Amino acid sequence: MLLSSRLMILVLLLLSFQAMGAIQEYAFDSEQEEDRFKKLTYEMRCPKCLNSNLAGSDAPIAADLRREIYDQITEGRSNDEIIEFMSSRYGDFILYRPRLTIATFFLWFSPAILLLAGFFIARRMMLASQLSGQNDGALSSEEQDKLQRLLDNQSD
Amino acid sequence: MANEKKQPMNKRLKLFIPVAVFITMAGFLLFGLTRDPNIVPSALVDKPLPEFSLPGLYPETGEFSRADIVGDILIVNIWGSWCLPCHIEHPFLLEMSEKDPSLTFVGISYDDSMAEDRLFLEERGNPFDYNVVDLGGSLRIDLGVTGAPETFLVDANGMILYRHIGAIDSTIWKNTFEPLLAQIR
Amino acid sequence: MIPELGNFSLVLALSLAVLLSVLPMVGVYRNNQLLMTLSRPICSGIWVFMVVSFSCLAWAFLYDDFSVAYVARNSNTLLPWYYKFTAVWGGHEGSLLLWVLMVASWTYAVSLFSRNLPLDILARVLSVMGIISVCFLLFMLLTSNPFDRLMLNTPAEGTDLNPLLQDFGLIVHPPFLYMGYVGFSVAYAFAITALLTGKLDAAWARWTRPWTNTAWAFLTIGIALGSWWAYYELGWGGWWFWDPVENVAFMPWLVGTALIHSLAVTEKRGVFKSWTVLLAIAAFSLSLLGTFIVRSGLITSVHAFAVDPERGLVLLAILLLVIGASLFLYALRAPVVKGSASYTATSREVFLLINNILLVVSTAGILLGTLYPLIHEAINGEANMVSVGPPYFNTIFLPLMAILAAFLTVGSISRWKKTSLSYLKQQLMKVLVCSVVLGILVPLVVTREVNVAIFIAVTLAFWIVFGIVRDIQIKTANKNSLVAGLKSLSLSYYGMQIAHLGMAVIILGICLTSHYSVEQDVRLAPGEQLEIGRYTFIFVGVSPVQGPNYVADAGEITVLKNGKSYLSLFPEKRTYRATGSVQTEADINVGFFRDLFAALGDPRGEDAWVVRIHVKPFVFWIWLGAFLMAGGGITAILDKRYRVRETKNLKAKTSEQVKASGSIDLLGEAS
Repeated sequence: MLLSSRLMILVLLLLSFQAMGAIQEYAFDSEQEEDRFKKLTYEMRCPKCLNSNLAGSDAPIAADLRREIYDQITEGRSNDEIIEFMSSRYGDFILYRPRLTIATFFLWFSPAILLLAGFFIARRMMLASQLSGQNDGALSSEEQDKLQRLLDNQSD
Repeated sequence: MANEKKQPMNKRLKLFIPVAVFITMAGFLLFGLTRDPNIVPSALVDKPLPEFSLPGLYPETGEFSRADIVGDILIVNIWGSWCLPCHIEHPFLLEMSEKDPSLTFVGISYDDSMAEDRLFLEERGNPFDYNVVDLGGSLRIDLGVTGAPETFLVDANGMILYRHIGAIDSTIWKNTFEPLLAQIR
Repeated sequence: MIPELGNFSLVLALSLAVLLSVLPMVGVYRNNQLLMTLSRPICSGIWVFMVVSFSCLAWAFLYDDFSVAYVARNSNTLLPWYYKFTAVWGGHEGSLLLWVLMVASWTYAVSLFSRNLPLDILARVLSVMGIISVCFLLFMLLTSNPFDRLMLNTPAEGTDLNPLLQDFGLIVHPPFLYMGYVGFSVAYAFAITALLTGKLDAAWARWTRPWTNTAWAFLTIGIALGSWWAYYELGWGGWWFWDPVENVAFMPWLVGTALIHSLAVTEKRGVFKSWTVLLAIAAFSLSLLGTFIVRSGLITSVHAFAVDPERGLVLLAILLLVIGASLFLYALRAPVVKGSASYTATSREVFLLINNILLVVSTAGILLGTLYPLIHEAINGEANMVSVGPPYFNTIFLPLMAILAAFLTVGSISRWKKTSLSYLKQQLMKVLVCSVVLGILVPLVVTREVNVAIFIAVTLAFWIVFGIVRDIQIKTANKNSLVAGLKSLSLSYYGMQIAHLGMAVIILGICLTSHYSVEQDVRLAPGEQLEIGRYTFIFVGVSPVQGPNYVADAGEITVLKNGKSYLSLFPEKRTYRATGSVQTEADINVGFFRDLFAALGDPRGEDAWVVRIHVKPFVFWIWLGAFLMAGGGITAILDKRYRVRETKNLKAKTSEQVKASGSIDLLGEAS
């Protein structure tokens, strides 16, 4: 009760202020530009920090670079131009999204290659299992089922 | 089970893939231990000092541009009176600028503390031959600066040879700056 | 004297650990019952000495014994007592002590709860865990002793605990995380034992499963707490950064998840045996790799401990010994533990294999991304170093998880050995249609727009949930009543479904938060306001506040909902006295459907501040899902079959099954 009455007083007090809209730290002409700003500041690394992006860093240089990106966006530069501007000064180190080059090909594509290899191996295993299931000396499927039931009964 | 004996060698070799991958990785990890991950070399090494046109710290000196300072071997130091490591390296800069007159020291100060910077240099001595203010912060971005202090070594042709992050002292000077200076002289 | 006592206990624990790693093994090969039986009392001895040692360090913290170097670096007289206690694991040395205490506790637990294990198996398992204890005790005593004294001047005051760590999240996060990390050592020890003995049967899998589940549940909670801590403590509302330190905790979790699933196949069907062993080795190896990366300062991270290459070298040596030797052993002995049974393309075995492939490929991708900057530098020199960050990890990880979620329902509804496609179609058609329809309708109704990512996420979440419902329907269909049916299902079945439900909840949480969060950095003067959706944030102002060991600017923001007074947020910006470091304390109003987040930035001009305000819908679901997963893991091990004493009869049957096995496994399969 105490809290809510305090709140009411506060709200009443506040009504006497002129309710002004907040000033955006960075004001953009369009939502699209704002999204680009967000994307760029999230995908670039603060060069001074241990490991955080420009958007989340308190370092002075991160503030400078945010301002620079903002200026360049409002001047109408494209994302590619801004990325080129930054990496020519700070190196590819500043880009959290490594550019696709011969050197990073391995990085970007090995998960896909591994995935294909995995499915290939799985397929071969399956075929092999069907083969061996037919003609090696393993328990027949009936026997397996029996064993499985025994095991399950033991547990249930 | 019968085919286990017949399994060709390369089937058995496959089982060594995990240990091989691990040993390779351990090799990279060992390499990683030999270096400091916090040292990131400047992308501007072997590139020309960027163009600029900026006011001096003292109003009477007027504006400076790249052409005004290039020509000698330059020690370009980014600093600010608010920055503690800059206080620490300041006596060393003073000592070097007195000891080696062939080097031209350029101080580039952050734009947010001009009055304090002047006071600082007045009280503790001014090692710089040129005092430039990075008004608006464009030069430090063009130089790929990450913070203060940073020190660039620039040759007589205006090419950047080396960038050091953090305060410099006599050990760092001896180990990195002197060999480079010996090369270009 | 107390710190010396702690140190002495460590030395005693080390001596006992040496005995544990040698004696039972010798007993096994000499067939000496006494030596094997000795392993149990030795385990309790190690555990007792580790507890004594840990208590001594805690005592040194609570009584401000700054003559101990580690205490002087990580504490301060002004620190509240509970932070003094948690500061025990706030730095490298103390957290290592906690790590080893955890190893000792797991070892002790294995010796207590495995009465029904054959003695020779238990002796081997405990011996392997003894070797791990020896390695880390030696490492601690030689390079990072928490009890080292400052010989000359004892400082009157300590440096203080890193302000980021003065927080409830840190009290609970590392113990859970380490419990998980270290818990995988049990599965690892079982795997090594299987390789040594060549015996890997259903009984083996059944012994291993509860330990793996427990470790995995701890790790799940540990990671979730870490992410929650980052969310409110790092001050800008992110909850996962793909930071190397997060990745190295996440990788053993992913492999552990794969291990849980492949253990199920190994237990039920006797296949994927050598693969399961490899996963068990990999899960613990990745835990060790994480310990190495965090403690060697190899990779730049916000959370890493102080850089020390010498420690790194010793740790790398331990890695080579523990991981290298076990993978080598695997290469030599894997053919011995091969198993076989036949299954077809649409059997549950195959779907679980797909689960494993997806999880392992994700892990490989994350590992590659984490180490890539290092590899790149080693190959291309340091001229153009690269970073690998969230855009890369999201690009590779999210699609893999989407595929995983798609297969999840199919896998859990399919049957062992053989499931006909028409059966799957028949069971899942309705589920598919319903989830796709809801995947389109729900976002459309709520937000009036359809977005591909949202559509996929919502569909997948419904796909999992309806799949669970459908599966329970099928499983209870031939029982008299639903209640009777539900009662007949085992706890391990419920555990699985709860964990899968957790996955659906996490998918929703992550996707909805990422897409519908509103984040604004605004400059606010007192009285000014910001409107986000139904909420109006009114900045009241900032006033100074005194804390026990800090001073703070405390902001006050009144929040209105639909124009009516609702609640207030009090974000702080603290300056800690001892170190002068500044720390943003966000204030978050946690809700089931949305969090309101406010953090103070910098002052701008008279009374105005930059304020960061977020409205984050469904963010709570991320942690809710994680806790469901962990709860599922724990529920499964409460299943009574893990409490049933293994009868000789069962053992005989299962080893018969092994003898009858053919030669199928992932890596060395017959062509």
